[in-house]
Amino acid sequence: MRFMVMVKADKSTEAGVLPSEKLLTEMGKYNESLVKAGILLAAEGLQPSAKGARVRFSGSRRTVVDGPFAEAKELIAGFWILQVKSKEEAIEWVKRCPNPLEGDSEIEIRQIFEASDFGEAFTPELQQAEARMRAEVAAGTKG
Amino acid sequence: MRFMMLMIPRGYEDAAPGTMPDADAVAAMMKYNEALQKAGVLLALDGLHPPSMGARVSFATGKPTVRDGPFPEAKEVLGGYWMIDVKSKAEAVEWASRCPASKNEIIEVRQVQEFSEFPADVQEAASGFKEMQAAPRRGTAS
Amino acid sequence: MTASATHRAIDAVWRIESAKIIAGVARMVRDVGVAEELAQDALVAALEHWPATGIPDNPGAWLMATAKRRAIDRLRHRKLLERKHEELGHEMELAQEMAVTDFDTAIDDDIGDDLLRLIFTACHPVLSAEARVALTLRLLGGLTTDEIARAFLVPEPTIAQRIVRAKRTLAEARVPYVVPRGDELAPRLGSVLEVLYLVFNEGYAATGGGDWMRPSLCDDALRLGRVLAELAPDEPEVHGLVALMEIHASRTGARAGPGGEPILLLEQNRARWNHLQIQRGLAALARSEALGGALGPYALQAAIAACHARAHTPEETDWPRIAALYDALAALAPSPVVELNRAVALAMAFGPAVGLELVDSLLEEPSLARYHLLPSVRGDFLFRLGRLGEARAEFERAASLTRNERERALLQTRAGRCGDVDAG
Repeated sequence: MRFMVMVKADKSTEAGVLPSEKLLTEMGKYNESLVKAGILLAAEGLQPSAKGARVRFSGSRRTVVDGPFAEAKELIAGFWILQVKSKEEAIEWVKRCPNPLEGDSEIEIRQIFEASDFGEAFTPELQQAEARMRAEVAAGTKG
Repeated sequence: MRFMMLMIPRGYEDAAPGTMPDADAVAAMMKYNEALQKAGVLLALDGLHPPSMGARVSFATGKPTVRDGPFPEAKEVLGGYWMIDVKSKAEAVEWASRCPASKNEIIEVRQVQEFSEFPADVQEAASGFKEMQAAPRRGTAS
Repeated sequence: MTASATHRAIDAVWRIESAKIIAGVARMVRDVGVAEELAQDALVAALEHWPATGIPDNPGAWLMATAKRRAIDRLRHRKLLERKHEELGHEMELAQEMAVTDFDTAIDDDIGDDLLRLIFTACHPVLSAEARVALTLRLLGGLTTDEIARAFLVPEPTIAQRIVRAKRTLAEARVPYVVPRGDELAPRLGSVLEVLYLVFNEGYAATGGGDWMRPSLCDDALRLGRVLAELAPDEPEVHGLVALMEIHASRTGARAGPGGEPILLLEQNRARWNHLQIQRGLAALARSEALGGALGPYALQAAIAACHARAHTPEETDWPRIAALYDALAALAPSPVVELNRAVALAMAFGPAVGLELVDSLLEEPSLARYHLLPSVRGDFLFRLGRLGEARAEFERAASLTRNERERALLQTRAGRCGDVDAG
């Protein structure tokens, strides 16, 4: 299972204030622990919303509004994507994260859709396809 | 430059666990995704299960506390994202505008921080981070 | 927290920590079977205490300390310890170990070495491939016996027995509990990589629908591969294998159509490829190449996969490079199937006549005699050269060799397109 783990923005991140060296070092160690555990799929920081925009849709019309989005309470400052076996495991990893901001902060954990979530019955065709793919993987000649 | 296009579907904050996207909407979105792919700008994309299947961890100064979703105070939530690699914010906004999104959806465009933009001492403290990033690897010998 | 929520949280902690606990204890007792038992004892203790006390701030350290205390107790009860001189030295080590009660600051290196030892031992060549797979998934992957059984479509008691026997074999063979060095390292590492790749391929071949334990084997193999890459960062073939697995796995979403029919690489919808995963694969390949030296077989296969992964559309594929990589792979790890792949790449790069020349040299290969892809590929080359009568014969032969309905239909369609031309 994959989870997107998002750090909510605050006034500091929106002002473009960089984290302290202490926090950066701690965060670096934490990211390293994720890499060592083989579960880190992605880790990115986002620029403040002042450098961003929002696009609204109405029929064929598009309206673009430049940031910042001061009134938005749910802005994201950065995220990880983790590969784990369960939501509880994702939570456990997030609990081990150093507080990502200097004050109070909140991290949201969301499960990512997998192709398998759109579920199909295991038909005889799928079973045959599986057997065939197994042979082809062994032969190494297919995608 | 890398940008996230964050899909914010109004009402998704109230979606029950196991809510599936509409098949027609998915088909339209797949065409859009293919366009991103063929243009060579697509770096990543994912859909997210609703917040009712998620959790939030708060870091008040002290121990982390966990709440399971849904989160009644959240009026906007993420439904999915794309990450694209383009020349400018304007180009990112242009791509976002081409998304077959509906009236109920907003796409927020946000620039991804590049490691090289940080000052030297920050780069030092965060060394190793660069390898973790999803930046496209241009110019490697292979 | 409710009792069941606490249990689920403890399960999650266990998944994160179990391999390290087993590895740390195994260094002390030098027996992976005993180590696993002692680690399980610590888990039982956690299940007893934590619902009441709450999960400790550092659950890993708690578990490690508990397991190691049990290990000391057990070792002290072993009479052997008193008798052998060298083991006395060992006991002093242990006493020192326990004196360092601050497990929080245990050096990462120590845990890394312990994990490496565990990986190499679980993958010891004295064990059969299937025993190595089961033991590795159990001790390092944290999978339960039931999960392993479901993943490999085998009854649970079979896996349980396989693991018991594997532990006994290791003990009886008196396998030294060390990280192999010098001349020993390459073949032993090869054994580890073989296990990971076996697990990956088992998962890769499973198209899902039914039990998703099977495709999740790819995740297990990838995670262990990435862990190994951090533990053995100077081993190019480790990075090569990780790269190969990441890039293959990146295509999971595009490999099968809605009815489960397989979709050929060149016909896949590349928007369905996992591009973050491709980037990770390319990064792993770059690490392998940066270590210098000629690419090994895993890195070569990864480099071939990378050529496809870099092409935004099939038309952009760097076929000459792929052909060159197959040349290198054929030199290193020759096989008729590699040659067949090389022929396909050569034809894409330099035209069907070049490919045909190579394929013709494979016609007497006994291992390809009943392999439908040989006549299928030959038929394709002949078709592109305008030799339609011969092409039709080859497609019909290929159709007769394949057991897959869809493939047969596809080949018969291709035969039909050759028209009613006499052979020659």
